[in-house]
Amino acid sequence: MTRFSAWSVFKNGLTGQKGWSRQWRDPEPKPHYDVVIVGGGLHGLATAYYLAANHGVKNIAVLEKGWLGGGNAGRNTTIVRSNYFRPGNREFYEHSLKLWENLSHELNYNVMFSQRSHISLLHSPGAIDAAARNYNILRRTGTPDAEIWDLATLKRAVPHLNYSPTSRFPIMGAAVQKRAGTARHDAVAWGYARGADKHGVDILQQCEVQGITREGDSVSAVETSRGTIRAGKVAFAVAGNTSRLWTMAGLGKLPIESHKLQAFVSEPLKPLLDQVVVFGIGGAHFYISQSDKGGMVFGGDLDWYKSYAQRGNLPIVQDTAEAAMSILPCLGRVKLLRHWSGLVDMSMDGTHFLCKTPLSNLYLNAGWNYGGFKATPASGWYFADLIANDRPHEKIRNFDLKRFERGLQIDERGAGPDPKLHG
Amino acid sequence: MIRINCPFCGTRDHSEFSYGGDGSIDYPALDATKEAWHDAVFMRDNICGVQLETWHHVHGCRMWLKIERDTLTHEIHSVRPAHPGLAAALSSEQEAGQ
Repeated sequence: MTRFSAWSVFKNGLTGQKGWSRQWRDPEPKPHYDVVIVGGGLHGLATAYYLAANHGVKNIAVLEKGWLGGGNAGRNTTIVRSNYFRPGNREFYEHSLKLWENLSHELNYNVMFSQRSHISLLHSPGAIDAAARNYNILRRTGTPDAEIWDLATLKRAVPHLNYSPTSRFPIMGAAVQKRAGTARHDAVAWGYARGADKHGVDILQQCEVQGITREGDSVSAVETSRGTIRAGKVAFAVAGNTSRLWTMAGLGKLPIESHKLQAFVSEPLKPLLDQVVVFGIGGAHFYISQSDKGGMVFGGDLDWYKSYAQRGNLPIVQDTAEAAMSILPCLGRVKLLRHWSGLVDMSMDGTHFLCKTPLSNLYLNAGWNYGGFKATPASGWYFADLIANDRPHEKIRNFDLKRFERGLQIDERGAGPDPKLHG
Repeated sequence: MIRINCPFCGTRDHSEFSYGGDGSIDYPALDATKEAWHDAVFMRDNICGVQLETWHHVHGCRMWLKIERDTLTHEIHSVRPAHPGLAAALSSEQEAGQ
C-alpha cells in the first residue's frame, strides 16, 4: 500500500496515476480470529484500528453485511462537536474531538476535518442565560473554545440568516463552539479501513452475521453468510440493529429502540455557509452545513415512530423544509438533490453503551442516538481498550447497561426514559 | 405516509397521530419491586417485525389506540381502542350490526 505524501501525488501526476495500489485487501474469512468485530461501520473500523495500533492485537476480523460506508457511516450529517455537559459525556466527546484534530495525520488519509464552528441559535434572554451557564461549564472543564455571541457578532459571521424581529422566534444570539465542524464521512470509513488493513486486520465485506453460537456464558463462534467463524472475543458495533444481534445471542431485552433519522442534501451551490448552524426551539429542530462540493447538508427530527426501515417519511421532510425556510429564507428556490434515512439506536437516556455484557467474551458498542459520527474516534479508542484489557476504562465506567438499575441516567436533554425524545 | 384506520374517525394520515411507544408493556403494581419497574420503564424487546404499539389520535378524536404494525415494512395489521372496555363495546356493536 502506497503511503500518501506530497511527493507521491506529484510523482503519480507525472506518471499517469499508475503508481497507486488497493487501499485495503479483500481477504477470504479465516476459520478463527482472536477478535471478531461485527459491524464494518465507522465505530467497528475505528475499534479494529485502535486494537491493532494501540494494543498490538493481531488476528482481528471486521464483519460487514454490506459494503464499507453503506450504513450509518454514509447516512449522517457529518457534524463533529464536543459541547456536552453531563459528567462522562464531557470528557468523552472532548477526547473524541482531540482525536479528530489529528486524525488525518494519524491515518495518513485526509478525512477533510474542517473546524468551521458550530453555532446554536438562541431566541430568548432565558435561553442565552442557560447557554451561558452551560458554556461556562465547558470553559472550566477543558473546552476553551466555547463562546456566547451577541447579535452583532453573529450578524458579522453569518449575515444571511433571517434576523427579522417579527419572525416567530427572533434570533437573539448564539452559543458557539469554534473547534467544532464537519468531516468527510466516507473518508473516515476508508481511512480507518486502510489503517486497520495495514496492521493486518481482515475486513470481510458481504459477510452478514446470521447466528451466534454460545458455549454456556461465552460466545464460541459467529455464523455468517460466508461460513462459521470461531472467535476468541466478539464485539458488537452495529448501531440500529443491536437488538437483532442481542436476540441472536439469546440475551433478551435492551434499553434501546431502533428509530430512523432522515438527512438531506441540496444541489451544489456557490459558497454560502461557512459554519454549522443549529436551530432548535419549540417544535423546530434543524441543523445545516455546506459540504465541500457545495451541497447544503441538513437534517431535523426523527420520524417519531419506531422503525427498522431505512427510508424516511414525508411529514418530516415538510417539517425540516419549514425549519430551513424560517432561518435561511435564501434556500427557498434551492432543489433537493437526495435525502436518506439512517437507522439509529435510541437509548433510554440519550447516552450510549460501551461495556461488557452478560457473556464473558462479548462486548457491546451501541445506543449512539444522534451522536455516532462525532463519537467515532473516542468510541473506537475506548472500545478497543475495553476489548484488549477486558475491563472498562475509568472514563467509560458509567456507559454500561446496568446504570439504570443504579438510578443513573446520563440524560443531556432531560427528556426522561422515552427513546424518541433524545434528539 | 402511514395510513391508520381509526375505529372512530376512519382512515387518516399518520401525521394526525402521535406515536406512544411499545404497547406490550404491562406496568407493574405501584408497590412492585424496583427490578420489575426497571424492566417496565427501561427494557425493550425492540422487535424487527410485527409489534404492538400505542398511538394517540391527537389531531382527531384524541383516543389512544393499540396498533399491530410491522416495524420493517410499516404495514398495519390491526387497530383497536386502547381502553379494553371500549374495544369490547365496539366489537360487540360490530357483531350486532352484522
